Amino acid sequence: MSARLDALPLGSVDGWGASLRALPGRVGTMCLVELQKIRRDRTELLFRAVQPVLWLLVFGVTFTKIKAIPTGGVPYLDYLTPGVIAQSALFVSIFYGIQIIWDRDAGILAKLMVTPTPRAALVTGKAFAAGMRALSQVVVVLVLSALLGVSLTTNPLRLLGVVAAVLLGSAFFCCLSIIIAGLVLSRDRMLGIGQAIMMPLFFASNALYPVAIMPGWLQAINHANPLSYQVEALRGLLIGSPARLWLDYAVLLGAAVAAIAVASALLTRLAK
Amino acid sequence: MTSAVSVRGLRYAFGDTVAVDGIDLDVEPGEIFGLLGPNGAGKTTTIRSITTLLPVPRDTVSVFGLDVRRRRIAVRRLIGYVPQMLSADGALTGRENVSLFARLYDVPRRERATRVDEAIAAMGLTEAAGRVARTYSGGMIRRLELAQALVSSPRLLVLDEPTIGLDPVARAGVWERIAQVRRETGMTVLVTTHYMDEAEHSCDRVALMHRGRVRAVGSPAELIASLDAAGPASLDEVFKVYAGDDWDEETKGLRNVRQT
Repeated sequence: MSARLDALPLGSVDGWGASLRALPGRVGTMCLVELQKIRRDRTELLFRAVQPVLWLLVFGVTFTKIKAIPTGGVPYLDYLTPGVIAQSALFVSIFYGIQIIWDRDAGILAKLMVTPTPRAALVTGKAFAAGMRALSQVVVVLVLSALLGVSLTTNPLRLLGVVAAVLLGSAFFCCLSIIIAGLVLSRDRMLGIGQAIMMPLFFASNALYPVAIMPGWLQAINHANPLSYQVEALRGLLIGSPARLWLDYAVLLGAAVAAIAVASALLTRLAK
Repeated sequence: MTSAVSVRGLRYAFGDTVAVDGIDLDVEPGEIFGLLGPNGAGKTTTIRSITTLLPVPRDTVSVFGLDVRRRRIAVRRLIGYVPQMLSADGALTGRENVSLFARLYDVPRRERATRVDEAIAAMGLTEAAGRVARTYSGGMIRRLELAQALVSSPRLLVLDEPTIGLDPVARAGVWERIAQVRRETGMTVLVTTHYMDEAEHSCDRVALMHRGRVRAVGSPAELIASLDAAGPASLDEVFKVYAGDDWDEETKGLRNVRQT
């Protein structure tokens, strides 16, 4: 270790401006770390693929045969595929709150929070990580559905749109999970709450069936559920169903930014 | 000369539990300063206040003259911190763990690889650097964490119970590295421990903390001399005097004030 103590100016720049400028680099760093971890986590990625595969192979194939759900002429498997993508992204993301409590208990969070890294960068890094893991699921689902004969878009621009929708949705649900973690502060409670909100979010969305056939109260919840906007965008891009893409992306972006802001504010509470 | 760490009238409570009850501390630049006491004495709360993790009032804690409340980010740039738990990321390799901290502390890109390698080498981990940290022993993880904390060349190294849970050989190894870093860089080291013998051998000055208060400050030799003991004395015995009823004759140690 060479003596470099004087290289650091005392009282170097700080404050909001510097924090904002440091944000993209820090987010990049946190994403890089997550990619390094994912690379060694192939078995986990494989296990995570079990659920979406079941939804497509068992649920999707069966309901396509019995034609019980009115999809406006679209084969049910085609209709379901974007829903399964959104679902697997949701399931991956919603457990990030447990991971952050784990990091807290292991001292990792405190160590990161003593670095000159804005809270928002730590949270955004986690949010992107959730998105990366979700994208690995998307690849599995897309390949499988193509094998099952679902006619999906091959337009690269639309596929880019799919990536964006998955990243934004994952960011929201990951931060929602961190927010809950910041409120309950314990791993066990977080596990219970994660389970308890995951399925309602999924069922109160258009992932499995059209909004039109839902009862009124469920439709109301559906309108407030970012998952539905994500599914609408994915369906519009992948199989060409009618979608309000501007509204969908605006909702997803707004929800993600708001959730990152609230989760960042709660991070200090977690580290106490 | 500005103190490396200056604490004035710090008080911190978690609900009704007062963890730190009005302490004053001055850590001089370049010294190894030990914060000693049993579990629950308030050491970790003090450390967390200094490292900006707890919201302390203005003008109570400063690091190299910078107020930790007002200049939070600037203070963080000066600190390398190793928490009590073994907290390297087990899913990353040793090198990736250190490299992450080099990035987070803005070590310039062209220097990064060299500085990371230097820090790893200084902690004797070069051969293990390519392995994921979950395959490391406790002592190796501790040294890896020191490498993480040192890669940014901090002015103040803050270590919370760095040898807890390690075997005697690993404990000696960690102290050796800390002493070496101080020798080579002149870095200020603030360390908490409840092992009196380690503090006696390795710290220039110590503060004895008990029940949220600082009971005595001085070099181990001064404190032992102040005992005026007939035979050879140790820091343990100094503490016994200040701890009073909390000294446990059976275990020859302090009763934990709070179970953690």
